[in-house]
Amino acid sequence: MKRFPLAILPLLAASAAFAGEVKLTIEIPRLEVAEYHRPYVAAWIQTPDGNVTKNLAVWYATEMKDAEGEKWLKDIRQWWRKSGRSLKMPVDGVSGPTKPVGSHTVSVPVKVFDPAALPAGDYEVVVEAAREVGGREMLRLPFKWDGHAAVDASTQGKTELGKIQFTITP
Amino acid sequence: MKTMLKKSLGIAALLALSANPVLAHRFWIIPSTSVLSGENAWVSFDAAISNNLFFANHVAAPLQSMTVTGPDGKAVEVQNGKEGKIRTTFDIELAKPGTYKVASVRSMFSAQWKEGEEVKRWRGPAAEFAKQDLKGKPELKVFENHTRVETVVTSGEPSSEVLKPTGKGLELVVEKNHPNDLFAGEKASFGLVLNGTPAANVKVTVVKGDDRYRNEPGETIVTTNDKGVFEVSFSEPGRYWLNATLESEAGEFEGVPMGRRVAYTTTFEVLPE
Repeated sequence: MKRFPLAILPLLAASAAFAGEVKLTIEIPRLEVAEYHRPYVAAWIQTPDGNVTKNLAVWYATEMKDAEGEKWLKDIRQWWRKSGRSLKMPVDGVSGPTKPVGSHTVSVPVKVFDPAALPAGDYEVVVEAAREVGGREMLRLPFKWDGHAAVDASTQGKTELGKIQFTITP
Repeated sequence: MKTMLKKSLGIAALLALSANPVLAHRFWIIPSTSVLSGENAWVSFDAAISNNLFFANHVAAPLQSMTVTGPDGKAVEVQNGKEGKIRTTFDIELAKPGTYKVASVRSMFSAQWKEGEEVKRWRGPAAEFAKQDLKGKPELKVFENHTRVETVVTSGEPSSEVLKPTGKGLELVVEKNHPNDLFAGEKASFGLVLNGTPAANVKVTVVKGDDRYRNEPGETIVTTNDKGVFEVSFSEPGRYWLNATLESEAGEFEGVPMGRRVAYTTTFEVLPE
């Protein structure tokens, strides 16, 4: 009796722990505007029909007193509608301060997104940026996850976002 | 003096909501924002009876008629209220997450008749009607009016508590979509109830704001189905005005033919995708 659970344990462990790396790179472009504020950015994984599977990152003005920065979270409006409004901010491992102009790579921790727990299928990474006194842009990066093959999806934004890359390296 | 002034403005407002739907001005309450995040958000409202959406250009809406209900069903204080000549403004604090409703609900009695070519009107309590000595006036008709003008705003996740019908008059109910969760390019369906039961076959008029900058106002008219449900497609983001008015014969009042008017108006925001 005792041997059975022992034998199955390594199998469970193998399917539960993802040893690879998930990376998301978001470029914030330099904009020649009179009044510039760093954009609020949200990135998440959703199914093609738009159901949010995982939030990957939310960058907003976390440093303001009395959580005043949360006032503008609704401007990342698709994210706000899909999941933001039902979250209690901040979200550990997901939310963080706004980022300056440049390319930013986030290593997504397993506790935030575990590819091993993601059923095989078609997905997309959505990146949405909204800038105070500025514009808004939303990009979609479709990818296929079969449980083991590496993922490398990228796209180029036009206005509020630059190059976006999402990789899963098992 | 102050009450006198209030009263006269109130009557002007009532008159503005006059009988003929074609000539009727539009009563609206519009929020500064309808979707909010963060804690203790504030929303400022403008309310007026005007010819253009959403520009005040005729009569201020009666401030005293405004009631605000929070997501828990409790009354919320109207703050910084000011009833101007052509526009009323006030604030509310959204101290809790959920959907809040601001409404102006009024029941009134009115009469209309003709003097020559001119349509004359009177508004007042039903008990005062006899004192007006209007009997015998040409085309005299009296009306029982029940109007509800409202709008909803949401902090955090939308809730539906405030959208449960009170059971009086025409009211919008959540069918599939929440009025604070509307996006361009999507279809939205709502329910309409009359005295708490589905209002079938009622015409609903939807007009996008900023009609001042359009030659064609572009009214969309949809009709509720047998379950009182109607569907609207929003091709463009913006602020919209919605109205449904029902008129029916209601027998006689003190020997004068009586009609019943029930009206519902709301405003809402449609966001870009």
